[in-house]
Amino acid sequence: MPRTRSRNRTPVAPRPEAVFRPVPAIEIREPAKKVEQSPAVLSDAEILTRAQAGDHQAFAHLYSLHKRRIYSLCLRMVGNVAEAEDLAQEAFLQLHRKIATFRGDSAFSTWLHRLSINVVLMHLRKKGLPLTSLDEAMEPSFDDGPGRSFGAPDLSLTGSIDRLALERAVAALPAGYRLIFVLHDVEGFEHNEIAAMLDCSVGNSKSQLHKARLKLRDALRISLRQGGR
Amino acid sequence: MDHDPKSLSCREFQSQLPDLIGSGADLENHPHLQSCNLCRALLNDLETIAEAARQLFPIQQPKDTLWDRIESAIREEESSQPEAE
Repeated sequence: MPRTRSRNRTPVAPRPEAVFRPVPAIEIREPAKKVEQSPAVLSDAEILTRAQAGDHQAFAHLYSLHKRRIYSLCLRMVGNVAEAEDLAQEAFLQLHRKIATFRGDSAFSTWLHRLSINVVLMHLRKKGLPLTSLDEAMEPSFDDGPGRSFGAPDLSLTGSIDRLALERAVAALPAGYRLIFVLHDVEGFEHNEIAAMLDCSVGNSKSQLHKARLKLRDALRISLRQGGR
Repeated sequence: MDHDPKSLSCREFQSQLPDLIGSGADLENHPHLQSCNLCRALLNDLETIAEAARQLFPIQQPKDTLWDRIESAIREEESSQPEAE
C-alpha cells in the first residue's frame, strides 16, 4: 500500500486573511460563498493544485468534498462518534501537512482514504489494540468458532438480516475483529492489502475475518431468537 | 494431509472455510455440503453477512464544528512554524 510519504511539504506562508469557511460538500460548482476567484469555477485538479500550493480556500473546499467519506470511514473503524471526530480531524491535519507530497500516482481520493486509514491504525496501536497479535498462529478455535453456533436451519439468516441489527453487532465486535471486517467486507480491501496495512499474514487476515463473521452470525441469531429484529 | 472431501467432518470442513470463502471455489457443489445441511446453513449465513456488509454504515455528516477545530489546528501549526522566505 502506498504509505504516507515524507514531510517535505511546501512551506506555507501564514496568511490569516486567507482562512475561509468551507463550502457545502459536493456542490463544488455552486459554492455557498462567493469569493474572488472562487474554486467553484475551478476543476477538481485545479483546486487540488491550489491546495497543494497553500491556498486555504482551496483546502477548505477539499475538506468539504471529502469530509463525509473520511468521517464515515473513521466512524466505521472505531465505532465511536467522539473518537471518529478526533481521527477525522487528525486525518485532515495530516492531509494539510502532506498534501504537497501527493504526486498523482493514484486518485487523490484513494490517497486520502489510505492516509486516513493509517491515521486510524496509528491511533489504535497507540491505544494498545494488539494488531500484531493478529499474526498469532492460525488454529481453528472451536471454542470461539463455528461448531457452537450451529442450530436448526429455521434460524438461517438468509434474507432476514436487519441492517441496524448488523451495525449494532459490528459495533459490539472486539476492535481487532471489527477492523478487519470493516476493511474487508465494508471497505472492500483485499486480504493482501489488509495484511500489508496491519503487518500480519494473509492467512491471519482471513482467519480473523472468518471469526468476525462467526461472531456476527451468533449475535444476529440471538437477535432473531429474541425477536429483536 | 489430503482428505477425501466427502469424508470431511464438519470440523475439518469449517477449518477450511476461511480459505475457501472468497477464493472463487465452487463451494455450492462441495461434496461435504451435499450431505451436511448445518454446514450449508453456516456457509449461507456467512455469505449473507458479507453481502449485507456492503450496505452497512451509510455515509455520515460530521458536525459543522469539525472544520472549526481543523482550521484552528492548522492556524496553530502555521503560527508555530518559522516564516517561509
